[in-house]
Amino acid sequence: MINLLEVNETNTMIEQEKLDVRTITMGISLLDCVDADLETLNRNIYEKITRVARDLVSTGQEIEREYGIPIVNKRISVTPIALVGGGACTCPEDFVTIARTLDAAAQETGVNFLGGYSALVSKGMTRADENLIRSIPEALASTERVCSSVNIGSTRTGINMDAVKLMGEIVLETAEATKENNSLGCAKLVVFCNAPDDNPFMAGAFHGVTEADAVINVGVSGPGVVKHALENVRGENFEVLCETVKKTAFKVTRVGQLVAREASERLGVPFGIVDLSLAPTPAVGDSVAGILEEMGLESVGAPGTTAALALLNDQVKKGGVMASSFVGGLSGAFIPVSEDQGMIDAVTRGALSIEKLEAMTCVCSVGLDMIAIPGTTPATTISGMIADEAAIGMINQKTTAVRLIPVVGKEVGDTVEFGGLLGYAPVQQVNPFGCEEFVNRGGRIPAPIHSFKN
Amino acid sequence: MKKTIITVVGRDTVGIIAKVCTYLAENQVNVEDISQTIVQGYFNMMMIVDTSRSTKPFGEMVSELETLGDEIGVRIRCQREDIFTSMHRI
Repeated sequence: MINLLEVNETNTMIEQEKLDVRTITMGISLLDCVDADLETLNRNIYEKITRVARDLVSTGQEIEREYGIPIVNKRISVTPIALVGGGACTCPEDFVTIARTLDAAAQETGVNFLGGYSALVSKGMTRADENLIRSIPEALASTERVCSSVNIGSTRTGINMDAVKLMGEIVLETAEATKENNSLGCAKLVVFCNAPDDNPFMAGAFHGVTEADAVINVGVSGPGVVKHALENVRGENFEVLCETVKKTAFKVTRVGQLVAREASERLGVPFGIVDLSLAPTPAVGDSVAGILEEMGLESVGAPGTTAALALLNDQVKKGGVMASSFVGGLSGAFIPVSEDQGMIDAVTRGALSIEKLEAMTCVCSVGLDMIAIPGTTPATTISGMIADEAAIGMINQKTTAVRLIPVVGKEVGDTVEFGGLLGYAPVQQVNPFGCEEFVNRGGRIPAPIHSFKN
Repeated sequence: MKKTIITVVGRDTVGIIAKVCTYLAENQVNVEDISQTIVQGYFNMMMIVDTSRSTKPFGEMVSELETLGDEIGVRIRCQREDIFTSMHRI
């Protein structure tokens, strides 16, 4: 039988160490909404989302109440819209009407974000893909809750450099289109390599075509819990350190598995995966940087940071995998700058550069995330940064992503406020040397060889 | 039937258990186990209860116990047992 100590441990994690379930994300296939008529397509999409996800938010709140565990976000991901809208949309403006429909459906169901305004172009772009990509700035500027992602490369196909070049321009245009709000549109736009089909986390969530009609995916969190556990093993060796992270990750993930099972049962929608991620928030004590510093770094960014992050990421997976029957999504540690107080502090004190962040993305989930850069950064430089991240993902057979925010009107040294969970960020220095000729070559980088691993 | 765990934490005063148990009795909730300690003046109690005969919706009971806690000056939480068993038992 459960005892007082165990009950207190769980409740302390929830109340003082900010343990929460970060998101319940319902994936919904929109493939059966396809129609050649744009108006009918929009109506079908709205009807399907509002029907299937009608009880998502209320069920989430019910579970939250009964188990006493906060479920921070309830969200929806849909089939990449380039696939759904291809038949009905003949220009970027047509796609924007779908973005508005998605926004309306998100509002009606009460979710705070809806992901899947996406195109998968890792090898080539269809006309629909290109129209969707060109519509992104307007779509993100004219909606509130829609998130967009574009997959521009994979280990199997290589990197579509035409798409990389285009995305550099689109990121800048999105920044310009949302300049009244500190270029916030870019916080809702992710460029992926090896994008997973079942990621529950925004802004990169979409419902892959290999998925069922509807599915429940859950993202757990808990950097504060891991940090607190490590406070009790200061000075101990790496074996003790790793075991502690692993055990804590197990406990955190068990809660995610429980919530995922409950939500799936109550909503009558199959359970997909639990995403084992340490997702920070700007709240004090909910920081991945805080964990790395607790391991013994003076500041994140110091030598040793990549090793510390690698062991953290690996132990989280080792602990989490046994705790859940299905693991998927991005699973690892997130290192967004603006959403993590420890990262913000490290950048402010000059300890953490974009180059070090890039190195860190080699050993953890995702990539250059929520980094504010000067609004004057050339599109080709952004493309170059996207290509670098994609190359890391392609060669290492992992997901990488870029979510850069070139803030219009801001320079290095300024601070930008995004609000809420998106936090705030100091504008960071980008390498001033150009890569225009490289990016403008056009074409594709071929898929990498899978032997001679060095 | 799945069990429910009620925890009461706060500064010790006279009648905490009485008030909580009265509320539970009024709502047909059966207490199956109680463990309680007082550490440096802090009251810490856990009850394992069975709510299967209660007609009150679970969410409502959670809120009413919270309110009762506010009146006594302690923190009362009412949670389904699964969150603890899934975390601490394989």
